[in-house]
Amino acid sequence: MSEYLISARGLTKKFGDFTAVNGIDFDVSKGESFGLLGPNGAGKSTVMRMIGATSQRNAGDLTILGKDPERNGPQIRAHLGVVPQQDSLDMHLSVSENLYIYGRYFGLPRKFVKGKIEELLTFAQLEEKRDAKVEALSGGMKRRLTIARALVSEPEILMLDEPTTGLDPQARHILWDRLFRLKEQGVTLVITTHFMDEAEQLCDRLIVMDKGTIMAEGSPASLIKDYSTKEVLEVRFGSDRNQEVADKLRAMCERIEELPDRVLMYTEDGESLLEKIYASGLHPKTSLVRRSSLEDVFLRLTGRTLIE
Amino acid sequence: MFIPMAVAIAEARIGKRGERYYSGRVPQLLERGFIAFKSSTWMIVLSGFVEPVLYLLSFGYGIGKLLPTITVGNESIKYAVFIAPALLATSAMNGAIYDSTMNVFFKLNHDRIYHGMLATSMGPLDVALGEIGWALLRGFSYACAFMAVVAPLGLIPSLWGLLAIPAAVLIAFGFASCGMAITSYMKSFQQLEIINVFLLPMFLFSGSFYPLTVFPQWLQFTVNLLPLTHAINLVRGLCLGHINMALAGHAMYFVVMIIAGLFFTTKRLNALFMK
Repeated sequence: MSEYLISARGLTKKFGDFTAVNGIDFDVSKGESFGLLGPNGAGKSTVMRMIGATSQRNAGDLTILGKDPERNGPQIRAHLGVVPQQDSLDMHLSVSENLYIYGRYFGLPRKFVKGKIEELLTFAQLEEKRDAKVEALSGGMKRRLTIARALVSEPEILMLDEPTTGLDPQARHILWDRLFRLKEQGVTLVITTHFMDEAEQLCDRLIVMDKGTIMAEGSPASLIKDYSTKEVLEVRFGSDRNQEVADKLRAMCERIEELPDRVLMYTEDGESLLEKIYASGLHPKTSLVRRSSLEDVFLRLTGRTLIE
Repeated sequence: MFIPMAVAIAEARIGKRGERYYSGRVPQLLERGFIAFKSSTWMIVLSGFVEPVLYLLSFGYGIGKLLPTITVGNESIKYAVFIAPALLATSAMNGAIYDSTMNVFFKLNHDRIYHGMLATSMGPLDVALGEIGWALLRGFSYACAFMAVVAPLGLIPSLWGLLAIPAAVLIAFGFASCGMAITSYMKSFQQLEIINVFLLPMFLFSGSFYPLTVFPQWLQFTVNLLPLTHAINLVRGLCLGHINMALAGHAMYFVVMIIAGLFFTTKRLNALFMK
């Protein structure tokens, strides 16, 4: 068996004429938290489904724990905990019944599953909701229950497809905290997201995907180091003037990006760049100095923002 | 190396027939049915039993007053005896259709329950058989309850009538597997309504309330192609003790429905979830 839990070479998926995933290579090591970052339609979910053996590749190689999903679908799925993008909880059952029956779907004995329920309810902070119907839960609770459900079979790999999309900030932070704990316990996480903060928070290493291909790969910090500057100065001159001043601004720093509402200026020192702008006689309506993020990496790589 | 129990269970099935589609999890799916059943809408559950009894009361004793006997072959039987088997067959059909269309459609498209199921080590044939199996359990209990009402009233003249219960299960199986197959191709709730457009006329014209011999030849021919006609003839033949080879033919009709339904359901679920 290879040292990697997941290994893809030339992985390709087509739907008719459309190539959703175009010959990508990546590996995921044990205990790693691996991210797929990219906008909607980049092919992230398709990759997830191929790993989850619920979608078959058209070309290339894919090995999950030494097995080929084309031949060993049920065995591979037994290794995985899947948290899909859209909730698929059983609305007819209560919270604890959802956990119970999901364990049973894996063929696990009743006694074993019943033993797991308490532990999972505690983990998901849903002890008080054990007898509640799923419908009565908030979005954040549903997500936590879905994660708890995915853990009932004690998977080595937890697959999370856009885990916090649609959640409010507080619910996101609770969820991130839970995922950190799993990571500490040695569970390998595979996460797709189009939120750069989520990728920065959760992923040890990630691939940046766009239009079915990998644009870059590395840790969040190394990607930022390789593809962006230390700081970013965001300036607004008003939507009609941004373009006009762009040429002047371009000469003052390493690189700029013109967005419809603002200009991003890439530099090692945002404050002194701002002073330089004022000194040149330009007066932005607003200005903001921040650290570079994965959003900037993505912008650099594709010329587009992550959330469009 | 530590092997999780779920993996050990899945690996034990390697090399078994159809292992990519079927993992032997029908009992677990039935277990889900029982858990969900505890909190189901009891009115709907009961209506499946009450409906045929109401038909029997209103038609059997209403029309039965005007039409005391009816001739089948060369035998005269009470009108209620004539329609009771038809109502049993129809309730088997209705129960199976309800479970395999409305319920399945919601689980498939709205609640996404099958998405969750198929992310486990189960396969699409598990889901198909489990769902249909649940419809059969329901059909079986309705059939038993109906028999428990009509037999003491003397409406089942032959002891062969006991076989009407397994026959009702066979009928439910046929309708449930075809119902699920059709539902798996449906895109909207409105399309589902089309199924109902067929069901009511089939119920009215399939010889539930009078022998098909009253129809002109061409209509008899058409009606004889419909599944409910075969269901009614099968159950009625058993209840009246008219045992002949034609009954085997009616039963075969349902065996074909079962195989075709399961084939298309599994194929479609595979296309939807495993493509």
